Amino acid sequence: METAIEVRDLVVSRGKRQVLHGISCTVPRGSVTGLLGPSGSGKTTLLRAIVGVQVVAGGTVTVLGEPAGARGLRRRVGYLTQAPSVYPDLTVRENTRYFGRLYGLGRAEADRAIADVGLAGAADQLVGTLSGGQRSRASLACALVGRPEVVILDEPTVGQDPVLRAELWERFHAMAAEGTTLLVSSHVMDEAARCDRLLLIREGRLIADDTVSAVRGAAGTDDLEEAFLRLIRANESADPTEDGRTPAGSAEDRRTPAGSVDSAEDGLTPAAEGRTGR
Amino acid sequence: MSLRILAATTGRILRQLRHDRRTVAMLLVVPALLLTLLYYMFGDQPAPPGQPGVFDRIALVMLGVFPFVIMFLVTSIAMLRERTSGTLERLLTTPLGKLDLLFGYGLAFGLAAAVQAGVAAGVAYWLFDLSTAGNAGLVVLIAVVNAVLGVALGLFCSAFAQTEFQAVQFMPVVVIPQILLCGLFVARDQMAGWLQAISDALPLSYAVEALQQVGAYAEPTGTMWRDVAIVAAAVVVALVLAAATLRRRTG
Repeated sequence: METAIEVRDLVVSRGKRQVLHGISCTVPRGSVTGLLGPSGSGKTTLLRAIVGVQVVAGGTVTVLGEPAGARGLRRRVGYLTQAPSVYPDLTVRENTRYFGRLYGLGRAEADRAIADVGLAGAADQLVGTLSGGQRSRASLACALVGRPEVVILDEPTVGQDPVLRAELWERFHAMAAEGTTLLVSSHVMDEAARCDRLLLIREGRLIADDTVSAVRGAAGTDDLEEAFLRLIRANESADPTEDGRTPAGSAEDRRTPAGSVDSAEDGLTPAAEGRTGR
Repeated sequence: MSLRILAATTGRILRQLRHDRRTVAMLLVVPALLLTLLYYMFGDQPAPPGQPGVFDRIALVMLGVFPFVIMFLVTSIAMLRERTSGTLERLLTTPLGKLDLLFGYGLAFGLAAAVQAGVAAGVAYWLFDLSTAGNAGLVVLIAVVNAVLGVALGLFCSAFAQTEFQAVQFMPVVVIPQILLCGLFVARDQMAGWLQAISDALPLSYAVEALQQVGAYAEPTGTMWRDVAIVAAAVVVALVLAAATLRRRTG
């Protein structure tokens, strides 16, 4: 499959602290890839590096064959920041039209983007008066209005009503079917199952980069939350030094039966029981 | 730069302003109210023979100073919001160029300043009988150039503030020394040499001198055009410095 995003040995530091420790991964074109990991794991930093707004300390990021942030990519990559970055003192329609005009698009495209995120009924409302979920959808409309080939979405579904959330995911898959590449971050594991592929990240290291079914297979469980947990354990036992540099290998490397890892690592067992007991 | 994006950005900023009715009202009314205050303070003070009346002298300078101060404040807050709300970061991932954004602010607030200066000049000339030897249109022109100077300095200074509290503190740092040394309180040629040197380096001094030229001469003078050109050059320098503070990549 053709590659849309290629990250090689990406190292990012914030202040003196290294937050991404040499991440390598690829995102195929025309797919929905989920970037999952706990809060503070480096998801936003990785997305920012892919968009090209993050100062990086090492490694390369290539998007659609060009270095991330290249001038030519500005019309081809759409970015939704985690906090809604729209103008609260403009209406949804005015915001979307403005961002559309930056790409040379007209009113019809703006209205379509508003309808796509389910905000047609609130199009003439000031963004500042909307609920948090509506505001983040207004921001999403502005990210999608330019019909970018690569769409980077930082937690687009937080605070959305379940019905709307399902509709947004349908929309993402429809876009992927038309050839758009989507990279969507989330810290909610139940969203992982909706993706074609998963990148699991923890403490600035990638611990899985595979299809959803391969991640399930590698961990030996269908529950993705549990799978994530087992992969973390497997990763830690494979590299006992806390500060190890082992980047995420292929799924085959980690196909150790997760159960045996648990029993081998006595110190971790109680935590695992606590988790499964929930 | 792209004309389409510049026009879209200017329109967007004006739309934001239009939704903020209270700000629009204050932009239009406050300078007129301050002129009223000046009129009742100085309107009946005797002028030395052969010199303009005290109100004429002060009101003329204030017509240039008000737009400068107000647009500096409005712009530094507006730009700080762009920086802190994430809209700036997002804009810089789109085809928008840095100058599209900066010129957009200059144009939008310059237009607002033109309306503001028109109202203030109308009040000064018609209500309070301000008299200048030169044309009132030139006074408005200089006021607008001054307003754009305020915008450009506001765009630049917003880079050094993390919060709105800090942003407003740049007013006393950037604006008040220029007002003190512009020649309104003490004539520039009567200042100590080192003060005069500072005054010579501050763009508002030239704007005030240009206004005084309009006050004193019926026809636009070479000094006035030179002064306007200097203020315009200061605008360009401030915009270039502001562009240097817009980073597409941040830590």
